[in-house]
Amino acid sequence: MKIHIKNGRLIDPASKTDKALDLFIAAGRIVGVGGTAPTGFEANSVLDATGCIVCPGLVDLAARLREPGFEYRATLESEMAAAAAGGVTRLACPPDTDPVLDEPGLVEMLTHRARLPEFAHVHPVGALTLQLEGKALTEMAELAEAGCVAFGQANRAIVDTQVLLRAMMYAATFDFPVWLQAQDPFLARKGVAHDGEVAARLGLAGIPVAAETIALATILHLARETGARVHVTRISSAAGIDMIVAARAAGIAVTCDVAIHHLHLCEMDIGFFDTQARLDPPLRSRSDRDALRAGLASGAINALCSDHTPVDDDGKQMPFEEAEVGATGLELLLPLTLKWAQEMKLPLAMALARVTSDPAQILGVKAGSLGLGAAADICVFDPAAGFRVTRENLRSQGKNTPFLGRELPGRVRYTLIDGHLAFDGTLG
Amino acid sequence: MQKSPQLNSHGELQHLLTIEGLPREVLTRILDTAAPFSEVAEREVKKVPLLRGKSVFNLFFENSTRTRTTFEIAAKRLSADVINLNINTSSANKGETLLDTADNLAAMQADMFVVRHASSGAPFLLAQHMAATGRDHIHVVNAGDGRHAHPTQGLLDMYTIRHYKTDFTQLTIAIVGDVLHSRVARSQIHALTTLGVPEVRVIAPKTLLPTGIERLGVRVFHDMREGLRGVDVVMMLRLQNERMQGALLPSTQEYFKSYGLTPEKLALAKPDAIVMHPGPMNRGVEIDSAVADGSQAVILPQVTFGIAVRMAVMAMLAGN
Repeated sequence: MKIHIKNGRLIDPASKTDKALDLFIAAGRIVGVGGTAPTGFEANSVLDATGCIVCPGLVDLAARLREPGFEYRATLESEMAAAAAGGVTRLACPPDTDPVLDEPGLVEMLTHRARLPEFAHVHPVGALTLQLEGKALTEMAELAEAGCVAFGQANRAIVDTQVLLRAMMYAATFDFPVWLQAQDPFLARKGVAHDGEVAARLGLAGIPVAAETIALATILHLARETGARVHVTRISSAAGIDMIVAARAAGIAVTCDVAIHHLHLCEMDIGFFDTQARLDPPLRSRSDRDALRAGLASGAINALCSDHTPVDDDGKQMPFEEAEVGATGLELLLPLTLKWAQEMKLPLAMALARVTSDPAQILGVKAGSLGLGAAADICVFDPAAGFRVTRENLRSQGKNTPFLGRELPGRVRYTLIDGHLAFDGTLG
Repeated sequence: MQKSPQLNSHGELQHLLTIEGLPREVLTRILDTAAPFSEVAEREVKKVPLLRGKSVFNLFFENSTRTRTTFEIAAKRLSADVINLNINTSSANKGETLLDTADNLAAMQADMFVVRHASSGAPFLLAQHMAATGRDHIHVVNAGDGRHAHPTQGLLDMYTIRHYKTDFTQLTIAIVGDVLHSRVARSQIHALTTLGVPEVRVIAPKTLLPTGIERLGVRVFHDMREGLRGVDVVMMLRLQNERMQGALLPSTQEYFKSYGLTPEKLALAKPDAIVMHPGPMNRGVEIDSAVADGSQAVILPQVTFGIAVRMAVMAMLAGN
C-alpha cells in the first residue's frame, strides 16, 4: 500500500520542521518528504490534507483500555477506535487491570490482542509490585521481555518505603524506568478533592498539596540513592513542579507528565458535586493549574497525557465521594493540546512535541517523528475545525468527561498506523 | 460549571439543597412564612390543609431522631401523608443505589423527598436525577448531607436568632466546635453572611477547621475566651466521639477544657447573649449542664421553631 499525503502543513517537532510538505508512504514507512515523489513511487491512495496539519501520531503515556477485567466499562475495540479517532497511534497502559499486569502471560495476551493493523501500538506498563500491593517485587526482567516498557503502580502507592527503595534498586539494576504517582496515601486517605476553598465549602474531605510534595520528596531521594530512571506521573501542583525542577538541577534523572484535565481545569470545576470532575490526583487550585500550564510550556513538565479512564454511567451517578475516579480522554488529547497552545500563544510545533516526540522519548521507543524511514504513524488534523464534546461524538465506551458540552478546537481527518489508514474522518 | 438545581426557571425554590447562593429575600421569605406556622402549634387542632393529598417520603440513609421527627410532624401538620424510610437498615445493604431507591419511590407517586445521607452532595444528585428524568414536580429537601449542608437547621437557627435579637445587621455571632465535619456550621455561616451579620466568628482547634474557611467570610479564633468576647449569640456544635480516633483531638476532657462552654466563658459574651445548640448535646464535652439548662440557653425553643420552619419550607416548595 502506497499512500501520498498531499497539500498539508507538515509539523515534525523532532526535526523542528514546520512547512508545506507532502509525505510519501510505502510498506508502512515514510519513503519521501517533500514536493516530488521518490522515483518509481505510484500511490494507491492519495489523502488530501489541504488546510490540515500533518504531524506524528500522538503518543499517550496513560490510557486505560480496561482489559483485562473491566470489559463492562470498555473493551480494546471501543478504546482503540477512540484512540484512532483522536489521532493517537501509540499508548502506554497502566497496570491496574484485573488481574493486574504482574505476570508475563497477561502482558503477552494484552499485546497479542492489541496487534491489529487499525489498533494503536500498545506499551504495557508492568506492575512494580505483585498485585500492586506494595509488598513483593514482580518478575521485571520477564515482564520486560513480554513487552513492558516501564514499571509502575498506577495510582496505588507503595506504603512501605523499604519496598519502594528495593523496587527502585531492582529496576535500576536493569535500567528499567520506574513510573510513580506522587501521593502520600495517609494524607490522601478518604480525600476526594483538593484541600482548599471548594472542599471547605462543599464539605468534601480534602487531599492537601503536601500529599504530593511529601511523596515526591521520598521518590526523588530514592531516585538519587538508587540511580533509578524515574518518571513521575500526573503531577498536580505548583510546588511539585518546583521540586522536580530542583531535582533535575541537582542531577537526578527525572521526568514527569501532566493530564489534560489538570491543564485546563481546577477545583472550581467541581461546581455542584459534578462527579465528572472526580479525578485522581484531584483538580487543584487555579494557581496550581496556571503553574502546570506554564511548566508544560517551559519543559519543566515533559509530556501531556490523556489519563484516559473510561467509567460507566453507574460509576458516576453517585454521590461525589462514592463516585469512581477518572475521565475519558483519548479523543480529547489533541483538542486540549491545541486549546492550551492557543491560550498560551505557543508555536504549534512546540505544543505538539509534548504529545509526540517528548512522550516517545520517555517511552524509550523510536517513534513520534516523521523522518525518512520512520514508521508511518501519522495524524492529519484540521486545526480550524472544531467540535462539541457530546456523548454521541465520543467513540470511547466511557462518556465520562468534565468537558461534555464544550466546544473544542481540532478535528482529526486521518490517522495512519504503520501506514495503515486506521481512521478516516471524511467518512461521515 | 453546572447551574444550581435548586431554583426553577422563575428563580423560585424548586428544591432546598443548600443555603449557599440563596438570595436574602428568599431566606427572609421562608422566615416570614414560618411565623404564622408557629401559631398553628398553639391551636387545639394543629393542622392546616396545605399539603393535603401529598405524599412526603422521609428518606433517611443515616440515623436521626430529632430531624426526622420534626420533619414528620411538620408534614403531618400540613396534612400530608408521611412515609418514613430508614434505609441504612434496608435496601442500601442489598446493593440498591440511591437513585434506584428514589426511582422506586417516585413510581409510588411521591411529591417530596426529605433526604438525609452520609455523603456530601447526595441530595443534589437526587434533584439532578429528577430533572434529567422529567420529574421536576418532585421536590427534594436536604435534611443533612455528609459534611456539606443542613439547610433547614440553618434556617431554624436564623428564625431563633431573629426571634430573640431582631436585627441581624447589628450582631456578632460565634460558632464553636467541630466546623470541619459540620454540615450545620456550613449552613449557619452561609445564612448569617447572607442575612448581613457583620461579624461571624468560628472558634475551634486547627484540626477541626477546614482549609480556607476564612474565604466563607468568617473570622477564625483558636482561643475560645478571645472569640466569645462581646458576642450576641453563641452557636455550639456537637462533637462526635469518633473525633478522638484519627488524631484530631486527644480527649474529651481536654476538649472541654479548651472549647467547652462553661458559665465562666459565657460571661465573656454580652450579658444578654443567647446560647444555641443543634442537638443532640454532649453535656460535659462541648457544653456544661449549667449553661445548657441555664437562662441564656434557647436550645429547646430551637426545636419548636424547627417544626414551623420545616412547615414553611415544605409549603413553599409545594406551592412553587
